[in-house]
Parts: sequence; structure tokens; C-alpha cells
Amino acid sequence: MLDIKNLHAKVEGLSLLKGVNLQVNAGEVHAIMGPNGSGKSTLSKVLAGRDEYEVSGTVLYNGKDLLSLSPEARAVSGIFLAFQYPVEIPGVGNLYFLRTAYNAVRKARGEEELDAIDFLALAKEKMKCVEMDASFMSRSVNEGFSGGEKKRNEVFQMTILEPTLSILDETDSGLDIDALKIVAAGVNALRRKDRAMLVITHYQRLLDYIVPDYVHVLANGKIVQSGDKSLAHRLEKEGYAQFDQEAATGS
Amino acid sequence: MISTFLQVFSHLEYKLDNHYPDWLNALRHRAFSSVLEQGFPTSKNEDWKYTRLSPILSTGFQPALATTDHYLSLDAVDRLAGNFGGIRFVFVNGHFIPELSSRAPFPDGLRVESLASALSKNDKSLESLLAPAFQSSPQGGEPSDAFLSLNHALMEDGLLIHISEQTTIDEPITVLFLSDCGATPLLYHPKLIVNAGKKSRAAIIEIHTSILDSLYFTNVVSNFTLGDSAEIAYYKVQNEGRLGFHFSQLDVHQGQGSQFSSHLTALGAAIGRHAVRADLSQEHAAVSLNGLYLPDAGQYLDHPIFVSHTAAHCTSKQLYKGVVGAEGRGGFYGKIVVAKNAMKTDASQTNKNLLLSESSQVETRPRLEILADDVKCAHGATVGQISDEALFYLRSRGIGLDKAKALLTYGFVSEMLNLVPLVPLRNTLSEMVLARLKGL
Repeated sequence: MLDIKNLHAKVEGLSLLKGVNLQVNAGEVHAIMGPNGSGKSTLSKVLAGRDEYEVSGTVLYNGKDLLSLSPEARAVSGIFLAFQYPVEIPGVGNLYFLRTAYNAVRKARGEEELDAIDFLALAKEKMKCVEMDASFMSRSVNEGFSGGEKKRNEVFQMTILEPTLSILDETDSGLDIDALKIVAAGVNALRRKDRAMLVITHYQRLLDYIVPDYVHVLANGKIVQSGDKSLAHRLEKEGYAQFDQEAATGS
Repeated sequence: MISTFLQVFSHLEYKLDNHYPDWLNALRHRAFSSVLEQGFPTSKNEDWKYTRLSPILSTGFQPALATTDHYLSLDAVDRLAGNFGGIRFVFVNGHFIPELSSRAPFPDGLRVESLASALSKNDKSLESLLAPAFQSSPQGGEPSDAFLSLNHALMEDGLLIHISEQTTIDEPITVLFLSDCGATPLLYHPKLIVNAGKKSRAAIIEIHTSILDSLYFTNVVSNFTLGDSAEIAYYKVQNEGRLGFHFSQLDVHQGQGSQFSSHLTALGAAIGRHAVRADLSQEHAAVSLNGLYLPDAGQYLDHPIFVSHTAAHCTSKQLYKGVVGAEGRGGFYGKIVVAKNAMKTDASQTNKNLLLSESSQVETRPRLEILADDVKCAHGATVGQISDEALFYLRSRGIGLDKAKALLTYGFVSEMLNLVPLVPLRNTLSEMVLARLKGL
């Protein structure tokens, strides 16, 4: 589904990704772990199409060149990024925003757009999945939301949009254990044979709830080690220091 | 240039003598003389610093004659300006059109009359009611008052609204100024005079729009006097033709414990100016001034505001937002002066601007002069552009670039629309603003 080859990304002359190679097949969940500043968030933003980076290398998504697509074209083709820091948008209602997004995706799929009433019914049903309060709907997008509420809103959007490839960028940060369980349940409900997920996290904790098929360590802009879920446990014990050194010495 | 501009109007100055009582003629001639003596404002006048008057002063404007036959139907008026319920009074090129306006009987306690008609009756009691509106000198007698003085001197028609004490008018009163000009550029100076008695309540909507896109100049003055504890909400829609000019002065005098709120939406005119002066000279009065301006290519929309706190325990709030399109210009010049004895004043002023293009421009100048020491005053001004992060967030959800920009811009202005409690008006304003944002 996703085939990343020798991916580089620079911003203002600073290299953040230095040759990432990664293959994700349908049905798989990949965790990407690594120390702060290793390029995890950069990778997620480059995949979603943020244009502040100077990018080289190739990324194929379902066999097609992903890097040439606009962010909205990526989104309607099934890519979803759950932001580490969801953006507040004052004056734009959550429900209206979501319906606009949902209908953009429907339109791209050649499906009929939903009107306000039908969409509200859908939203109400999906809200239960992430145990979200109905009052969220009438508020402006993320405005005045607590950190946990914002993360929950990300997963709620994901539940509505049903992406083929979900990228979760530190979705666990700022969540207490109860919220983490709810969010993880929402994510797990989306797992399917024809969908894949890229779960970016600093800590192993999230992976107790969203169990990955593969774990990769990203350090200094490169994937330096890959393994199964046991790698995450090892990292929890041993930390990332060893990779920082390896990456720095170029090994 | 100045003399050519004024020459045409000096005829009108004397012609009008036949229609008006002596006390008014004395005031009118004084006002006209002051323009002749002091001339028009220049960039040296802070209030007019960024306004280029040459396009106006070099145009050979003519006075607008009263139209005897007009072709407008009430339906056409509704389509042009919306219908917000309540009674409505329609002016074409500054002249009152009774056929298009609501007729008496009006609700109890409400007197509405065209100024031309009221002044022709030579009713002595009018002098005390109207004279102040022909003398007001908002920015303290500076030469910047030239257009205000011209309005005093050359007003041919307008509307007098008198609300008796203790009277609540449930439905809004709409005053609609339509321009219907052909090849000859017209200039008219209408006045709206509102006198709200003690504890009265009303909402007044003032709309300016044009039938054809032609060159004309509306030089309007709106004068509000509120008795003690009166509550007046005022909505102004400046949707003039894009070739037109619109200068207006809103002048507010408030009694003790009275509340005045003003909501401006400015979309039209090549040069549009909406100046406000609010006098808080009686204790516990509150004024709230809101404005939204959306200048697009070739437009300059300016907003000088002067709030004077001379009594204790008064509140003033200003919230103005601008969205400036490519080649558009906006201006905000807000001044709050708190006099020495105006203790416990609560004054705030916020101006936020969103520039949509590199060629968009805005000048924002908040100013506070506080001479009292026990006061709460806050001011802030921002100029920004659409956030890349917010744009990426929306696009990452599948929303296209243009739609995402429009959504973020609408989010910026929706706060202002939400401040308008009259639902039919708010809906019309939302449609107008959305239509504008699509084009920006």
C-alpha cells in the first residue's frame, strides 16, 4: 500500500529525513518510535503533504506517486493524519467542518454528498465510538479544547472519514490512561484487512493498546532498526541513547 | 480644485434658504463658511491621513434633484436591500420617497418624518430637537470636519425618528438610502436624526446601496441622542456601488445609564469612510461599537473612531475586524480619551485584520489618552494572514485550497456576524459577506 524509498526532507537547509525506506502492506499496523527530533513528525507531515519541506525520494501509495499530490488530493484518496498538535480554528463549527471534509471525500469517491441532517445522524452514531460529548459538535474546531479533547477529536474525525492509511502522530501524548483506552479502542475499530496504519509514538505505552505488527526505530532521519512488537518493549527498557550514537557515527 | 468643487454647491446653499426656517439657515451658512475658510482635510489631519481626496474633489458632482417619477416597485426594493420586518423608509439619491415608505399610523410613541417635510412646516418646537444635529463638530472643530460641515450646510432631506419616553419599538426601523445615478455624478448629504426618549428601546437599520454601478457620493450624518436608560441598537450596512464614494459620520450622545450599540458592515464604495464619535458625558452609559470591513481591489475603507469619556462609570467597547483582498486597503484609527474625572471607566478597543494577499494593505492606529487614574483600559491591534498550519489542517481533511481559505476567512469574520441578534438581517449580511469572500 505504501512504499517509501530513500525519502529525504529538508527545511531551510536542515536535513530532517535522510533516506527513509519503509514498506507498509494492507492490513498492517506499523509503529514508528524514536527519540525527540529524530524526524518522526516530519515523516508524518511529509506523507500528508505539508509543503514547507524540500522533499526528494519516492513514495508510492497504492502504486501511484504520492509526493506530487496536494494535501487534499491525498486526503480524498484515503490518507489521514491525526495531528500531534491539532489546530484551533475559531469561528468554524466542528460539525460544519467535518461535513465539508466528509463530503469532499465522498465526492472524490463518486458518492452522493450528505445533507446536514443525515450527517448529524452519522456523527452522533460515530461519537459514541470515542465517547465524545455532543456539545463538541456545536463548538468551533478545537477551540478551547483540552489537549485530550483535541486528540479525541482527531480520532473522531478519523472514524468519520474511514481512511485507508491512517497516520497517528503522537496521538498518545497528553492523554491520561482512561482517555488513551478510549482513543485506542476507536483506532482499533478502524483496523481492517484493506487498511493500514502508521503509529508514531515516543513511548511504548500506546502499543499495549494498539498492538503493532512491526516496530521501527527512527533516529537522526533514518530507520535504524526494525522488528516486531518485542522491539518496543526493549526500547522501553533500554532507551534510545544507543541509536543516537549509532546514527551520529553513521552506522 | 476646492473652489470648483464648492462652486456648484454655493448655489444650493442659498437656494435652500427658501425651504428652511431662519435659525437653520443661520447654522447652515455658518457651516458652509467654515468649509470655505478652512478648506478640506489633508494628510496632515490624523483623521484623514491615508485618505486621498483628489478623486472626489476633482469630480464635478452635481446636487441630486428630487425624483418625481421613479420606477421602483416594493419588490425591487426588497431584492436590492432585503426586508427585515418592521417599518421602512426609502430615499433615492438622498430624497425621501413616500410611495416606497411605510405610512402612518406608526406604533404608539413613535414619530417618523422626513426632514424636508418637518422643516417646511416652520414648527418652532423643532429647533431645540434638530439644532444640535446641525452644529455637531465631532473632532473638535478641526478642518477635518469639512464634509460634516457640508452635510450641515447642504442637507436637502433626511429622516427624523423620535421615540417617546418608556416606549419600546419591537420591530426594527429600516432607513434605506438608494443611489440611482446616470452619467452625471451626484452628491447628496442626507441626515438621520434619532432622538430616543428616556427608557425607550429600538433597533434601527441604515442601509446604503445602489441600483446601478455609477459615480456618486453619499455624504451622510447620523445623529443619535439617547435619553437616560434608553437602549438603542444601530445597524449600518454600507453596500454602495463600487464606483461610488461614501463618507459618514455617526454621532452619539448618551444619557445616564443608556446603552448604544452599533454594528457596521462595510463592503461597498471606492472610498468609504465611517467615522464615529461617541460622547459618554453621563454616568453609567455604555457604548459598543462593532465593525466589519471587506475592502477588495481598488477600495479604501477607513474607520476613524473617537470615544470621549468625560463621566465616571461608563463603558465603551470597540471591536473592528477587516478582511482585505488583493489591491484593497483598510484603515482603523481608534482614539479613546478618558478625562480626569471619568473614574471607573471601562474602555476597550480591538482591531484585527486579515490580509488575503501581498498587495493587501491596512493601517491600524489604536490610541488611548488616559487622564484619570482609576480606570480599566485595554487596546490591541493585529494584522495577519491566513495561517499556513490551519490551511494545511483543513486540506489534510480533503478540503480544497480555495474552500479552505474561504472557510478560514469566514471563521475570522463570523464572530462579527454573530454579534447581530436580528436574524433576518444577520442572514442577509452572512450572504453578502460569503458572496464577497468567494470573489476575494
